[in-house]
Amino acid sequence: MKAILTVIGQDKPGIIAGVSTFLAQHNVNIEDISQTILQDKFTMIMMVNVANCDVEFGTLVAQSEQLGKQIGVAISIRHEDIFNAMHTI
Amino acid sequence: MLNTNNILETINMVEKEHFDVRTITMGLSLFGCIRATAKETATAVYDLVCKRAQKLVETGEKLSIQYGVPIVNKRVSVTPASLICANFPGEELLVAKALDNAGKAVGVDFLGGYSALVHKQMTAFERSFINSIPEVLATTDILCSSVNIGSTRAGINMDAVALMGKIIKQTAGLTADRDGFGCAKLVTFCNAVEDNPFMAGAFHGVGEGDAVISVGVSGPGVVHNALKHHPDADLTEVAEIIKKTAFKITRVGQLIADKASEALGVSKGIVDLSLAPTPLIGDSVGHILEEIGLGQVGTHGTIACLALLNDAVKKGGIMASSRVGGLSGAFIPVSEDAGMIDAVSSGCLNYEKLEAMTSVCSVGIDMVAVPGDTSAETISAMIADEAAIGMVNNKTTAVRVIPVPNKTVGDVVHFGGLLGSAPIIAVNKSSSAKLIGRGGRIPAPIHGNKN
Repeated sequence: MKAILTVIGQDKPGIIAGVSTFLAQHNVNIEDISQTILQDKFTMIMMVNVANCDVEFGTLVAQSEQLGKQIGVAISIRHEDIFNAMHTI
Repeated sequence: MLNTNNILETINMVEKEHFDVRTITMGLSLFGCIRATAKETATAVYDLVCKRAQKLVETGEKLSIQYGVPIVNKRVSVTPASLICANFPGEELLVAKALDNAGKAVGVDFLGGYSALVHKQMTAFERSFINSIPEVLATTDILCSSVNIGSTRAGINMDAVALMGKIIKQTAGLTADRDGFGCAKLVTFCNAVEDNPFMAGAFHGVGEGDAVISVGVSGPGVVHNALKHHPDADLTEVAEIIKKTAFKITRVGQLIADKASEALGVSKGIVDLSLAPTPLIGDSVGHILEEIGLGQVGTHGTIACLALLNDAVKKGGIMASSRVGGLSGAFIPVSEDAGMIDAVSSGCLNYEKLEAMTSVCSVGIDMVAVPGDTSAETISAMIADEAAIGMVNNKTTAVRVIPVPNKTVGDVVHFGGLLGSAPIIAVNKSSSAKLIGRGGRIPAPIHGNKN
């Protein structure tokens, strides 16, 4: 299953390192990554593959939110189908 | 890869604009539960609901995490219970309790279908069933009730309308300690639909199968926010923006409906694309109308804005799903909508304007608190007026009024949760008793005789 992970917040050193280390620890592969500054906010979007993730998806969601709190950014992760459903015909 | 703006739009909708899937509703046929006695029927009903809906809540919660969209309620709707209770008039309460207990056992928020369809005439067992409603609503917690008293094909059963005025008063009286809360779980319909997933009017129609999953979406906040970005758009563009937003909302509803059906092994029902508000700020249909251009909802131009909104929501939603059904439009429940509450409080929105609004949107006079001394005949006459709007315009209309015991205009009643709070609205003081006392049936309109 593929999911979209977003990170939004104040830019600072170590965000990508923190998120990618967390994903690697759970055996989640990053397939695509883009980052930009939108309205003065650091915005990173990752397409990740959670097929071999070592924890349940719900646990990954909860832990990523926790990580976001630790590094002071908002992290969310959702199944890619919700974005496809909403934005493609 | 998906476009960055699209991804962020979706995230904003959920995290800032209160987008949610309002309900996953499992419809269950109870015909297989009919037995000779009330006790046996109640046992069969309890067992069936517990068995079929066992994994509904868990599935809803899993999907909510997976797709990152809140699924606010999980509900069950059942075959109109009057049909299941036909063998034992006077003992309906046993089945009602079994339904309520089964709903609580599987953990759903509401269970709908304590319902009777009497749009043409009432049988003796249906009269007995309707008479049981006040006690049932006073002694159960999550069971919801509805009665269909008219249709475009059959006309309006004014005997049933007269009875419902009394039933609503009795229900308010028996739940007086909770400000007549029982009435919030009771809807009187004209042209009731068989696949509505929303409460309190959900039931599993007799034309439906064994079990089905239907989904009701929401999202007034999303529509409101989309319009905020276009303050100078003309009304054609406004309609287009609403359509596009409704499309996106409904697509998510369809996705959740498909996945829930798959996970539960139950056939796919409908997606109801209604804009259902909540009392939260930023989740109001009234505020959408104000964003379009009203100083406050209720003023001149309200009906025009609402007609535009309702139609655009339907058009966007129809494109997004191959299984649109239920009520599918904009809801205007007063107590559940911050904009509507404010407009009633300020005096900008009165009962008569609200009634006029129901002629261009779904679904009717909904969650409206009226003075406790409003007579049963006046409530019946309110139902008759709404039913006439529905019957003639070939649409669903409903009345869910709460005559709040010992309260009057100027007081506010708090129901809590999704049901919100409502300022008590003034009703016309002139009597309608002679009309209601006549009984009989208002014949179907000429265009009801299509063949």
